[in-house]
Amino acid sequence: MRAPHPHGIPFKPSKESFVSKRSVVSALRWSCAGLAVFLAGCNMEVLSPKGDVGMHEKNLILIALGLMSVVVIPVIVLTLWFAWRYRASNTKATYAPKWSHSTKIEAAMWGIPCVIIAILGVITWRSTHQLDPYKPLVSDVKPVTIEAVAMDWKWLFIYPDYGVASVNQIAFPVDTPVNFKITSATVMNAFFIPQLGSQIYAMAGMQTKLHLIAREAGSYDGLSSNYSGAGFSDMRFKAIATTEQGFQDWLAKAKAGAATLDLPTYQALEQPSEKVPVSYYATVAPGLFEDILHKDMDGKPAGDKPMEGMPMHGEPAHDGVAVAASHNDHAQAAE
Amino acid sequence: MFGKLSLSSIPFDQPIVMVTLLMVAIGGAALFGGITYFRKWGYLWNEWFTTVDHKKIGIMYVILALVMLLRGFADAIMMRGQQALAAAGDQGYLPPHHFDQIFSAHGTIMIFFMAMPFIVGLMNLIVPLQIGARDVAYPFLNSLSFWLTASGVVLIMLSLFIGEFSTAGWLAYPPLSELQFSPGVGVDYYIWALQLSGLGTTLSGINFIVTILRMRTPGMTLMKMPVFSWTALVTNVLIVAAFPILTVTLALLGADRYLGMHFFTNDLGGNAMMYVNLIWIWGHPEVYILMVPCFGVFSEIISTFSGKPLFGYKSMVWATVAIGVLSFLVWLHHFFTMGSGANVNAFFGIATMVISIPTGVKVFNWLFTMYRGRIRFTVPVLWTIGFMVTFVIGGMTGVLLAVPGADFVLHNSLFLIAHFHNMIIGGVVFGCLAALNFWFPKAFGFKLEERWGKWSFWCWLVGFYVAFFPLYALGFMGATRRMQHYDNPAWQPYFVVAFIGAAIIMAGIGFTVLQIAVSIRNRAANRDLTGDPWGGRTLEWATSSPAPFYNFAVLPEVSELDQFWADKEHKRAYPRHAHYADIHMPRNTGVGVVMGGLATVLGFGLIWHIWWLAILGLAGMIGAFIARSYDRDVDYYVPGAEVEKIERERLVPLSKLIDQVGAAPAEQKVA
Repeated sequence: MRAPHPHGIPFKPSKESFVSKRSVVSALRWSCAGLAVFLAGCNMEVLSPKGDVGMHEKNLILIALGLMSVVVIPVIVLTLWFAWRYRASNTKATYAPKWSHSTKIEAAMWGIPCVIIAILGVITWRSTHQLDPYKPLVSDVKPVTIEAVAMDWKWLFIYPDYGVASVNQIAFPVDTPVNFKITSATVMNAFFIPQLGSQIYAMAGMQTKLHLIAREAGSYDGLSSNYSGAGFSDMRFKAIATTEQGFQDWLAKAKAGAATLDLPTYQALEQPSEKVPVSYYATVAPGLFEDILHKDMDGKPAGDKPMEGMPMHGEPAHDGVAVAASHNDHAQAAE
Repeated sequence: MFGKLSLSSIPFDQPIVMVTLLMVAIGGAALFGGITYFRKWGYLWNEWFTTVDHKKIGIMYVILALVMLLRGFADAIMMRGQQALAAAGDQGYLPPHHFDQIFSAHGTIMIFFMAMPFIVGLMNLIVPLQIGARDVAYPFLNSLSFWLTASGVVLIMLSLFIGEFSTAGWLAYPPLSELQFSPGVGVDYYIWALQLSGLGTTLSGINFIVTILRMRTPGMTLMKMPVFSWTALVTNVLIVAAFPILTVTLALLGADRYLGMHFFTNDLGGNAMMYVNLIWIWGHPEVYILMVPCFGVFSEIISTFSGKPLFGYKSMVWATVAIGVLSFLVWLHHFFTMGSGANVNAFFGIATMVISIPTGVKVFNWLFTMYRGRIRFTVPVLWTIGFMVTFVIGGMTGVLLAVPGADFVLHNSLFLIAHFHNMIIGGVVFGCLAALNFWFPKAFGFKLEERWGKWSFWCWLVGFYVAFFPLYALGFMGATRRMQHYDNPAWQPYFVVAFIGAAIIMAGIGFTVLQIAVSIRNRAANRDLTGDPWGGRTLEWATSSPAPFYNFAVLPEVSELDQFWADKEHKRAYPRHAHYADIHMPRNTGVGVVMGGLATVLGFGLIWHIWWLAILGLAGMIGAFIARSYDRDVDYYVPGAEVEKIERERLVPLSKLIDQVGAAPAEQKVA
């Protein structure tokens, strides 16, 4: 198990690159500028990110495409050119019916891809660590924690610090890190807000984590990107990035209702349903997320359980796979 | 008595299915009636169903694949139609339960029952000819492999009309595929169709490894073996290493569903991600099992039609072997978003990129094979050039997806769908259709018409780009796979364009069918009398078209890579012999087809929980196998005189066509 980075790596908006030689990167970015303009013209959510993580991922995509174009475009051009030049009817072209080996060419054709992949490999190693969804974002602002539960076929969101919950809608302030803890009450899903960046699986009995931040206010589409059965297509939610005041107003709206998310309400919610309208819960039974995570729906409060809080693995498993919750396995309870 | 099966299992309420059933029933009745009317049952049984001839088995595999291409494509165009319609509140014409079955069936059929039979069929048809063998190592096993694959096809086609197919996607990820979430028979159809055909594929893999390693003609060392046979060897090693993993994985899922176990369930210690790992440990090599032989096909074609040896043969061989080894080290890139640590993700990402190095080498090999060649733009060459351009684009998007940071926003999106169709259509389908055009004369003795072949190629090529480039764009727009409908009206134009692309591909398929039909009608004009219609380089072109059942009257001696080419240069390509030895050949047997039929019974019984039927099927299979093992009359000798007669009938007219036919036997005897 990997020790968590004590501080995380700071995210700076957009300009941060994965390669130290910035000139190379900027040259590459220019090389795919045309592509970028074209894609931006189509209003592509993934390529018009509104947060740091998404911004990095967009840059990574453009850098990788640019780097590979160095080989791919010449290969396409050469293919068409050779095919035309050496067509049988062109008797002026040289014909070398025995020629089938050249050490120089073979060295180049192994060497060039090796170089490109070596560069891309370094970029991959660095960016994969930097963009690790489990890595907390560094910020002076206190993060908002949201517990997300994939259900048939809606998303339940619990705000443990505020004691409220919602279905198919979340809100959080801009410029504030949002720490997601994600699980599933049913089959596998994936939690994804395309304009903010990374997605991650939601799996029953396991907890995954995701750290995102929005830099621009707006209402962004959120969805399950992993097929989960008949109601999957409507398993969508809105992620509202707003001002601090707007967030407080949203919390107040959630608090204003009378609905309580206790066990019976949860069990009713758990029944399969589609196109579920946005709803709010003013209060939430404590420890509900942990109970869902461990399939521990016997009605007792989580704190009364003898096993509660006992870290089986010393530290919360980073690997979502590591913890398959059986009835009494509370491996991930301690955070 | 009938387990879960009742009259209500037939979906009478679904007009689309019922109309299809009616059409299949009418078509089937016409076929059946036609065969009976023309008294062809005896011919079919004696010449085809019971055959152990690798060429005929290969042809049957390819016919099976082409039929299933039509079925899988029907699913595809229905999906494209649904998604072109179902925008912004519109539900389209397919309800979720039907749509979900269609995309699950499309993927399952195209991989297991279209691409796999096509590839195995090509290997059957060509490998023994290329290595100068008279058949595969285990001819009966080969027949059994085919009929097991066919029994999988029968089951999956039955699922259309009796009961339902799986709605859990082509890889049936649990927990969705567990009883709790998929209580119907759909997943059971999936499991048993794949188990039976997977067994057939594994046996086929063993058969071809032994054939290639043990039955090469004298003098053909591994490094003098044609590239297609090399790719076949690597692919069959991958099959034998990977398919047992699939068998075990599906057996564990079956144990969950049939025996109440909890390998992959949500509770009682089950872990669905174990399944996801296992299925991709099979699944990624599977991609290369399909792709690698197509690399071989393109290599043979580009070298033949450029009139040059393949550039960098050794590089090509080692690149193929490297791809085979690396294909087992990358499975986790199918689920970077599972939450593995950065080290794990980075390792699998970089390992994936490393595969692009040997793959890139192959592209350069083909490029420099064309360089200073004399390229004849036949249909197979068009497919090859179309492939090279399309494939590098798919490779680029694939390497992009191998970067975990990029995959985090592109995973499960339509970008991913566009990528793997880019590889499987641009690589595997183009390869199979190129091979169909290239080796058709060897199988049937006449060439396919060029004109309709070209129409087919251009429709497929244009159709592919029109159908899948909008999906790349949609992936960047946040559109995910497997949506029965969507809210965003801005996506709809892209889906409409994609549908148009699918329609163009449909025209391409239509032209292929037309091409085959017209070529059969005009076969007299396109007859290949020499056995070497393209100016070939390897041994399969040295024998007649179609090859005699014993392939080679006298096993050819090999001392060079492109042996047949060298023989033609030295005017010794068509030797005549004074004396022909008796040839040892395997005898036809009906045990393969009988066991395949019983396997279908077994699978059907298991799917519907009709236990007596399942026991009957299994007991029958075991009984047939035991009976076969006591059968001593499994082979015979073709008398040398008969071989001489067949050879003379070929070589005497051939000597009027080609000046290279060897001297008359009498003179040779003196020499």
